[in-house]
Amino acid sequence: MSELRFTVEHEWLRQDADGLVTVGITAYAQEALGDVVFVQLPDLQSYAEGAEVAVLESVKAASNIAMPLDGEVLEVNAELEASPELVNEDPLGKGWFFRFRPTNASAVADLLDQAAYERLLNANADA
Amino acid sequence: MTSETLAKTPLHALHLELGARMVPFAGYDMPVQYPLGVMKEHLHTREAAGLFDVSHMGQIILRGPHAAQALERLVPVDIIDLPVGMQRYAMFTDDQGGILDDLMVANLGNDCLFLVVNAACKHQDLMHLQLQIASQCQIEPCFDRALLALQGPKAVDVLARLAPEVAKMTFMQFAPVRLLGVDCYVSRSGYTGEDGYEISVPAAHAEALARSLLAEPEVAAIGLGARDSLRLEAGLCLYGHDMSTSTTPIEASLLWAISKARRADGARAGGFPGAERIFAQQRDGVASKRVGLLPQERVPVREGAEIVDADGNVIGSVCSGGFGPTLGAPVAMGYVQSSHNALDTPVWAMVRGKRVAMKVAKTPFVPQRYYRG
Repeated sequence: MSELRFTVEHEWLRQDADGLVTVGITAYAQEALGDVVFVQLPDLQSYAEGAEVAVLESVKAASNIAMPLDGEVLEVNAELEASPELVNEDPLGKGWFFRFRPTNASAVADLLDQAAYERLLNANADA
Repeated sequence: MTSETLAKTPLHALHLELGARMVPFAGYDMPVQYPLGVMKEHLHTREAAGLFDVSHMGQIILRGPHAAQALERLVPVDIIDLPVGMQRYAMFTDDQGGILDDLMVANLGNDCLFLVVNAACKHQDLMHLQLQIASQCQIEPCFDRALLALQGPKAVDVLARLAPEVAKMTFMQFAPVRLLGVDCYVSRSGYTGEDGYEISVPAAHAEALARSLLAEPEVAAIGLGARDSLRLEAGLCLYGHDMSTSTTPIEASLLWAISKARRADGARAGGFPGAERIFAQQRDGVASKRVGLLPQERVPVREGAEIVDADGNVIGSVCSGGFGPTLGAPVAMGYVQSSHNALDTPVWAMVRGKRVAMKVAKTPFVPQRYYRG
């Protein structure tokens, strides 16, 4: 399944063929954050859903990235250490943060799908 | 605070039209960035010219033959001998020598002084002036005037197209200038470390002037985000962060701004609030003072971060910090105990529980490029 899922905190998740899930932030989120100048990536370990696993620093401010589901982080995008701007330039591609093995693999499908995420964005825009 | 209760500058509609992201700042709805983004806005200002709306700042005129003498009672700065057509940096001190606000003072001639004070302090500054010196001069708030800053190496080319005489002005000169048929006040100064101008213009004409400047190919609109990163790289203090009522000019490393004539051995020594404490600190030293800090890693170190020594003892805190787009690295300023505030001293900031190595560094972090003729 390569279709994206989303969280209300504007993270995207993609379940890959190897069973791992790749996580990044959406185009909307990178636009709201502004120019990313530093990414603090998670350690390779297990985290509970909601744990603060990564930090994005823009010129002006720091933002936390939460673990979207219970699981174990197995890989991080080391390219972001030298090139944090990839988060802005290619948020859904080269700007990914980490890959993790969810404790409950089926939980991914319960997150927002593209249509639901777009409704969320529209609701935010109207608010 | 909702946007309904926020004040608007005369350029508010223009900011919205340009696609700015607006944020509340000092009671105003202000542009933090435009679609270009903070990083590119910062770099554009250093390479060409940036136009900033700083109309939220307070403009105040003091009138009368005793205005300079009166203002000297409130600031540790030589105002009496400030030449006509010149501007000087100053600060209001309190009885403990703390800083109530920092400001620019220009001599307009004809017994008129023109003050620019910080947005967040302007009402309190006005009250301070009224309480302290209203019997000695006329105090005229001009809070409805707009203030535009045109900053960057191309600012001179752009503004000289409207008024050729501004090209001859040098850093900190101040002059009445007619722009697009409107009487304005122009100073060759700013808050970016670059050459440039600040333009005081009547509110009704501000938008036409801004549009005309933005139509020039070198000029981009720049928000408060880049204004902050530009001033930080230039080593310039931000009131309420790098100085406040709990820091004196000595602690804030602003001794240079205390005029020779007003120092303990000067011709008009003292006579401003807190002079004794400030002189004592100058003589005896201070426990901690403001220094530049260069983080040695890529992670930005923000305001409020604790500063520790090699043994983990807390020796200070960061007062301003962020990423410097021109330097391509994080930059910060902080208050550090005198045992550790010599240049190149290694110190550490605590960022999310981890130690980040820093070095005490000289400011500005990028060279200032003022036009001195």
